[in-house]
Amino acid sequence: MAHVVLRHRDIPNLNQFDVYKKNGGFSAFKNAVKKMQPTEVTDVVKNSGLRGRGGAGFPTGMKWSFIDNKNWPHYVVANADESEPGTFKDREIMESNPFQFLEGLALCSYAVAANVAYIYLRGEFWQLAAFLDEKIAEMEEAGLLGNKILGTDYSLKIYTHLGAGAYICGEETALLESLEGKRGQPRVRPPFPPTFGLYGKPTIINNVETFANVPMILANGADWYKSMGTADSSGVKVFSLSGRVRRPGNYELPFGATFRELIYGEKNGAGVQDARQVKALMPAGASSSLIVVNGDDKILDTPMDYASVRTLGSELGSASVIVIDDTVSIDWVINKTIHFFKHESCGKCTPCREGTYWMQNIVHRIHGGDGKQGDVDLLLNVAKQMQGKCLCALGDFSAMAVVTGIERFKGDFDKVVKV
Amino acid sequence: MSKQVTLTIDGKQITAPEGALIVDAAKMAGIDIPVFCHHPKLEPVGMCRMCLVEIGRPMRDRATGQIVMENGAPKIQFMPKLETSCTNRVEEGLVVLTQSEKANAGQKSTVEFLLTSHPLDCPVCDKGGECPLQNLTMAHGSSQSRFIYDEKLHLEKQVPLSELIYLDRERCIQCARCIRFQDEVAGDSVIGFDERGRSTQIVSFSEPGFDSVFSGNTTDICPVGALTTADFRFGARPWELDAQASVCSQCPVGCNTTLNTRREAKAGGNIVIKRVMPRQNEEVNEIWLCDKGRFAYHYTESKKRLTKPLTRTGKDRKVNRVSWEAATKLAGENFLKAKKNFVVLASGRLANEDLFNLKTLADQFGGKAVLYSHIGGGELTAQVGVSAGTNLGVLGSGSTIVVVASNLYEEAPIWYLRVKQAAERGATLIVMNPRETKLDKYASFVERYDYGQEIKSVQELTKKGKLGDAFMKAQNAIIIYGSEGLGVAGSASLATACAKALNETEHVGKANNGLIGVWERANDQGAWEMGFKPEDDLAAALKGKVVYIAGADPVGDDPKLAKALESADFVVVQDILENATTEIADVVLPAQTHVEREGTFTSGERRVQRFYPAVAVVGDARADYAITAQIAKHMNFIMQSANANIVFEILAETLKPFEGLTYEKLSNVRVQLPMIGRGDMYYGGTTYENTHGLGVHLSAGATRGETVRIPRAQKEALPKVKDTDLLAVPVSKLYHRGATIESAQLLNQRIGKTTVSMNFDTAEQWGVVEGAQVKVSFDGVSGEAKVKIDETVSAGVMLVPRGMGLAIREPAVAKVKL
Repeated sequence: MAHVVLRHRDIPNLNQFDVYKKNGGFSAFKNAVKKMQPTEVTDVVKNSGLRGRGGAGFPTGMKWSFIDNKNWPHYVVANADESEPGTFKDREIMESNPFQFLEGLALCSYAVAANVAYIYLRGEFWQLAAFLDEKIAEMEEAGLLGNKILGTDYSLKIYTHLGAGAYICGEETALLESLEGKRGQPRVRPPFPPTFGLYGKPTIINNVETFANVPMILANGADWYKSMGTADSSGVKVFSLSGRVRRPGNYELPFGATFRELIYGEKNGAGVQDARQVKALMPAGASSSLIVVNGDDKILDTPMDYASVRTLGSELGSASVIVIDDTVSIDWVINKTIHFFKHESCGKCTPCREGTYWMQNIVHRIHGGDGKQGDVDLLLNVAKQMQGKCLCALGDFSAMAVVTGIERFKGDFDKVVKV
Repeated sequence: MSKQVTLTIDGKQITAPEGALIVDAAKMAGIDIPVFCHHPKLEPVGMCRMCLVEIGRPMRDRATGQIVMENGAPKIQFMPKLETSCTNRVEEGLVVLTQSEKANAGQKSTVEFLLTSHPLDCPVCDKGGECPLQNLTMAHGSSQSRFIYDEKLHLEKQVPLSELIYLDRERCIQCARCIRFQDEVAGDSVIGFDERGRSTQIVSFSEPGFDSVFSGNTTDICPVGALTTADFRFGARPWELDAQASVCSQCPVGCNTTLNTRREAKAGGNIVIKRVMPRQNEEVNEIWLCDKGRFAYHYTESKKRLTKPLTRTGKDRKVNRVSWEAATKLAGENFLKAKKNFVVLASGRLANEDLFNLKTLADQFGGKAVLYSHIGGGELTAQVGVSAGTNLGVLGSGSTIVVVASNLYEEAPIWYLRVKQAAERGATLIVMNPRETKLDKYASFVERYDYGQEIKSVQELTKKGKLGDAFMKAQNAIIIYGSEGLGVAGSASLATACAKALNETEHVGKANNGLIGVWERANDQGAWEMGFKPEDDLAAALKGKVVYIAGADPVGDDPKLAKALESADFVVVQDILENATTEIADVVLPAQTHVEREGTFTSGERRVQRFYPAVAVVGDARADYAITAQIAKHMNFIMQSANANIVFEILAETLKPFEGLTYEKLSNVRVQLPMIGRGDMYYGGTTYENTHGLGVHLSAGATRGETVRIPRAQKEALPKVKDTDLLAVPVSKLYHRGATIESAQLLNQRIGKTTVSMNFDTAEQWGVVEGAQVKVSFDGVSGEAKVKIDETVSAGVMLVPRGMGLAIREPAVAKVKL
């Protein structure tokens, strides 16, 4: 099947303006700007069933329709902060299929009548930002961006903006704060960005991958898009596969493809290294609840869509699937995740700031072989104590792997603690 | 009144104004939800997670939008997670549980998390005893720590953010109250967070550190012992302190204060002031104080305090310690001899009662009552000053505030805050000044004029145009005028122009309208109301006279006045501190400071407020009104002096603006919102509730229906200035070398050296550079000063700060030499 988002895998040099244009590029945007009402664009996206690819899976068209039309100006922001450990799809899209992403961003901007759009990139993507700037310049030269696009009254400027290296800036309100030049710390929600966003103005924020889907949906229609994937999760998803697999990488599959297809498919992960057994899965990067596999075929045959993954006591999130095999002890895994979250906690709210620090102290003892059984119980208790009390979702995420790791793989901990 | 909504908190049905935060609504209903980061004066942030509660909302049918009913009542749908009551607002039908098992567990968990990083050094912590974290730990904390004590993060414990404020990084709980206060209330964004996560720490990024005159307030609202003042640090334990209501004596705002005192061995068993705290008065200072008001109380305990009456007699000017009786007799006899040559020179340092007795004495014996001040125009604020009911705190859209010839941030910091906030609420702010001030950025209109052109600018207010529209059409209009670049005559002329503009546009005689003078001292307005007036040429007025000086140091302030007093016939000085004038006086009478006695001050907003005795009298000092009465007795004139209350009663019978006022009325209080205390100081900080009086406004002449008499505005007669001349103009500085400020050692660094400011081109023209030590001379005065290059000063002008050793009374042609 031809790729939708990772189209560059089928078409060489798609990141070149002429090649992209020759392959139908910009036709959706041209058509929209010249022939469609902004709300019609939103309606097509709504009908396609496209859901946000950043992790929460919120229906994209519905989000766009929430934009507050009593308050102006409007902004659109692309979340290119891609900072979840195990997620590396947006980078590939922007490097290899940048125009499709930019066209999607432009389409969204048109749909919500925004004249300015920002691409917020993580600081490490500085080369990518320069690259995108070139691509934006090419579009401006071609009259696809800038003032009075294609002779219409619609104008749009797209700017790239680099973050300064914080995981939290992938959280949409922290991203907005950072974009405004403030400390990257999340805001209290509600109000949500479509009513109170960048500089307090209505703002649509979507993930890079979400935008990259939009031109294809506009070009081929909502029904075409819905024909892929499942009823609940339509279309295709780029899965970032990593961990103990033979071929880690990004794989575009329709929603509903199984974990087995992703991990064992010859064109995909091509199986686990050393032909070991899958022990656990982290479907949403470091923020995952661990899925117990232990070689269970039924689990591996679960379709990867939002609803099905939930039945396994986890979330699909950004679909960055980390494969853990039976050579790995879960105390090692959560030692890694806790370190990450302790390092990245923004410090704004108490449970996350203090909880991640405390958890790190405990997991250090456990993983270092100095822990007692009481420490494992304490770690579980502290993690649970954090959940549901933090200011933003990331605080809760930091405790997911800990809680599920201990609850679902108790034996791994029993082995490392002193009796 | 705003729309009210009904909700249920812990089973109690309450009504609250729409838009109120749940936590504030609960507070009003008597339910205390624990908080750390929430402060009723700051925007909600929801970051500490202490105020977690269960919130249920009436369930609505998705299809019909109707509220789903269950057993005759709306079905309540509780959110799966706990929510912060400091970010959620009241809604009709809301059900809030603050004490449920789940809510309690949430609150308990937050305290536990906070304590994992807290040093628990309460026994040596200044906040111990009045610490929200300590209190809430008692209420919600666990008795046992699950965090291994040895794993605690150790951080620096003595970080000076400035010489005034110290930070203990270990104790900080990252609630950002201090940062938010500086950003939102003070408008001085000079502190912030650095780093992130558990490494998050408060830093100051200004030079000098924590460069804000409001910095002390952060120590009040800090919910732990992280921020302390260098003044109170390790000074006393809160439970040892008594609290006495007082009023700040440092400027005309009249901030309500509480003096915390204790008896201590190192003070010889005397009661001493340990710190000055704000006392809530939403109509004056809310819950804030400026640093000058907070730290400049040390003069009351200065070694230079006068303690015994003295006389200087004979050719050799021998100093004699004498009895009160002998000293006052000598004074009285000489006053009687003086006849028409009798001059009473008093300042607004004195209370209303003191000034009343002084004025009565002057009137009785044909003397002249002169106000020791560099600002004129007070007879106009008495007529068209703001009237009863005025509250800068409620001004917003529809009101216009004009600030002219004043740098409020330096001259009356709390007015600066109040005006800034009014502008933020939507009031039109017009700032007219010859140079940039901090208030400019909040102004709708900034009018820049050349020194000497202020009246022309004020006249714009009543002409067609942007300024005229904003002023004439305003529902309420207040003009606040000062003395930037002006002497007595100049500021009096400016006041006239302002009064005329207000009167013509009918912005007089009603609440929230009228004229306010930015006086030099706390009770200058009171002095004007009594009938004291400054002299254009004070030196001439003193020459060869019998002078009774109260609360002023003309000899130390101005060589010209020193010379004039040399030739005075007889000089009696009554004051609190030794100074250059007490050195030459024939009779020196030790007076009590306002913290040792009762009395009242009239603020610049014409609010009469009581202060109360807090510490024991120093030496044999007496209250000024009593000293005057005792002198009068020797002149065969009987004046009341048994206590301040009686003097005030007579004052109120005599002076129309004070009619009907009594000490009792001045002590009345009413409920003030937001509630900041009610016993639990965690809510609003350690500021004190007001139990001793909010004060009462004087009535204005215009309100009483009296004809407003405004003299013709005269253009200030600037000295003739040639292009090559340098014009020296007087400007006011918050921290100057005033006797009451200099005694506070802590503030010495802020007072700094004498500097004169000019722009680069002017400096180049005079051959001087930044930092150069120069000889400055003008109008017969000369002295040394350091040059400061300041591009906000206009060309050919040199700013000379008042009270910094260069006696500048009005604009003058000057010279500078290296």
